[in-house]
Amino acid sequence: MAELKNEQFNELEQFIDSMSSTKGELIRVLHKAQEIFGYLPKEVQKFVAKKLHVSTAKVFGVVSFYSFFTMTPRGEHNIAICLGTACYVRGAEKVLDAFKRELNINTGETTKDGKFSITGVRCVGACGLAPVVMVGEKVYGRVTPDMVKDILEEYKD
Amino acid sequence: MSDVKVTIDGKEVLVPQGSTILQAARKVGISIPTLCHLDLHDTKMVNKTASCRVCVVEVEGRRNLAPSCATPVVDGMVVRTNTVRVMEARKTIIELLLSDHPKECLTCAKSGKCELQDLSEKFGLREVRITGKSQSTYKKDYSESIIRDMDKCIMCRRCETMCNEVQTVGALSAINRGFEAVVSPAFESPLVDTVCTHCGQCVAVCPVGALTENDHTWKVLDALADPDKIVVAQTAPAVRVAIGEEFGAEPGTIVTGKLVSGLKSIGFDYVFDTDFTADLTIMEEGHELLERLEKFLAGDKDVKLPILTSCCPAWVNFIESQFPELIDVPSTAKSPQQMFGSIAKSYFAEKLNVPRKKMVVVSVMPCLAKKYEASREEFSVDGNPDVDITISTRELAHLIKQFNLDLNELEDQEYDNPLGISTGAGVIFGTTGGVIEAAVRTAYEIKTGKELERVDFKQLRGFDGVRVASVDMDGLVLNIGIAHGLGNARQLLEEIKDGNPRNLHAIEIMACPGGCIGGGGQPYHHGDSSVLKKRQEAIYQVDREMKIRKSHENPAIIELYETYLGKPLSEKSHKLLHTHYSVKDKV
Repeated sequence: MAELKNEQFNELEQFIDSMSSTKGELIRVLHKAQEIFGYLPKEVQKFVAKKLHVSTAKVFGVVSFYSFFTMTPRGEHNIAICLGTACYVRGAEKVLDAFKRELNINTGETTKDGKFSITGVRCVGACGLAPVVMVGEKVYGRVTPDMVKDILEEYKD
Repeated sequence: MSDVKVTIDGKEVLVPQGSTILQAARKVGISIPTLCHLDLHDTKMVNKTASCRVCVVEVEGRRNLAPSCATPVVDGMVVRTNTVRVMEARKTIIELLLSDHPKECLTCAKSGKCELQDLSEKFGLREVRITGKSQSTYKKDYSESIIRDMDKCIMCRRCETMCNEVQTVGALSAINRGFEAVVSPAFESPLVDTVCTHCGQCVAVCPVGALTENDHTWKVLDALADPDKIVVAQTAPAVRVAIGEEFGAEPGTIVTGKLVSGLKSIGFDYVFDTDFTADLTIMEEGHELLERLEKFLAGDKDVKLPILTSCCPAWVNFIESQFPELIDVPSTAKSPQQMFGSIAKSYFAEKLNVPRKKMVVVSVMPCLAKKYEASREEFSVDGNPDVDITISTRELAHLIKQFNLDLNELEDQEYDNPLGISTGAGVIFGTTGGVIEAAVRTAYEIKTGKELERVDFKQLRGFDGVRVASVDMDGLVLNIGIAHGLGNARQLLEEIKDGNPRNLHAIEIMACPGGCIGGGGQPYHHGDSSVLKKRQEAIYQVDREMKIRKSHENPAIIELYETYLGKPLSEKSHKLLHTHYSVKDKV
């Protein structure tokens, strides 16, 4: 697991300090924190709570509510499989199963080598391409289970 | 603001603008059922999450049913609370709530006092048509004080409102979503690892069995059944004005003699009074106050003022975890519960000539934090705790019932000597303002050497969350602050951090709204704050009827100092009656 670095905390602190007011900005701050750290471990949530003068319980409440936020570090390449209605009816679950089988991990988990992680997401707004899979920022459309091996191959050095 | 006219079930009513439909309905005698709603206006708490939807009503001209607890009235509004549509919706809502609720009523700690059970009964539910596997599976979380059983949580969020808005502790939040949604500390940590103060106000407002006290009555039974043990009881001031309610008495009924009788009937060897050690607390805390005050006025820069009372264990937990910079302002005097344990297992055990391990000290407290307090390591000698078992007012009532006794039918009995002798000053510890009034009664006479003509300090009494008053001690003006409810305490603490602009010399803090009379271990008030006021009046009545009303005139206290402790703040007093605090870093 990647260590939490002081520079990362500094960057987050600068971001928070640059806000004119932090009232009602918890979600924005958490987005930024996840962007910086890749995930939201307890230490980061406690840090955010202290900086925004809210309870850690409240921060955790928000983190646990939104599926976008994660408390486990994601892999170098996060595979986001859309499970929105359109993708779902066109076979997203089978695609998800194929990824799980290939990588031998469950949704929300990361491979031992830290390379891949799988998350199920709701509609990404590309229903015309259903079922949609995103690896990092790259979008794959009309994905079938047989394509899964080839997609993963692209990221294996 | 002008009034608006609304019609509810055909009855016209004028209510102030901004009122809810629920409030308007109550005004014409229509009580719409509620579940998540809770209005404790004396403590300024209103839980209107409108999450349960039990209180829905039909509003003419609106397509959807409206939650009456959160819908403000408008002029000319026509509301119906009892149409078939409303009743069907209400029944379905209760069924949905029950569909994912464990059907463990027979063994649930809240059985008979559960608001969900009451609703189910009221609507005559005989089956739950909505089935499926129970979705949430949370492990029970046991702290010394509180048990969280989140499978029973109905997400009314009263506890969250209490913990965050009234107490400003911030231990709880709603977490997760859907079936998994419950109220929990950060990271689902056990309560003991969090900023929870164990005040138990969450338990006091939980409508179901999701939050209950950690019941220790069986430990008491074990101790009573052991022929080798000498079992000693102490009863806190606020218990005597509340426990009657569990046996059907009106709130505020004073049942001191019956309480003693009940404890003796179930087998306690000695029944003593925490009021005795409340008097002792005054001797120690009062002298500490005067000592600090004199040094302060003489210009000693090392002396910190104001001095804060330290009787309330939830309040001590609060300062330890949330105000590390103020850790050395509370009095070092132990709480009356702990002073009692300490004195019982030294002075009294020596009098009986028995080793401390042979003695079992049982406290009956209006409080859940007292359970946690008794378990603190510093309150034990060689692993033997000063107070062995702490049970709440509710638990004692249960125990008495299990012995087939009705408190109302018992003859009055007196407390035993010597630790049962007390004063009016001791009993007012049970209400907000009482500890500091008791302290002033003694400090005044010690400081001035004159007899106090009027012992009632009305300026210190009342129900406002934060009160400030001055007492003239023959030229020396003592500025006093009082807060009850931890949110109000926070206000005063912030003020001290900001340099104490009102120049307060002494502050009394009680964690629970109303003080111990509203403690987390008291009979459930179900949102009726008039109950607390009646208990408060009763406390002052007990004080008025006491022969002695000043702690330093308690003959048993005088004897304790003469024969055992020496004088207040002596070395022995420090060893037995004082403690220390430590900063606790918790989530």
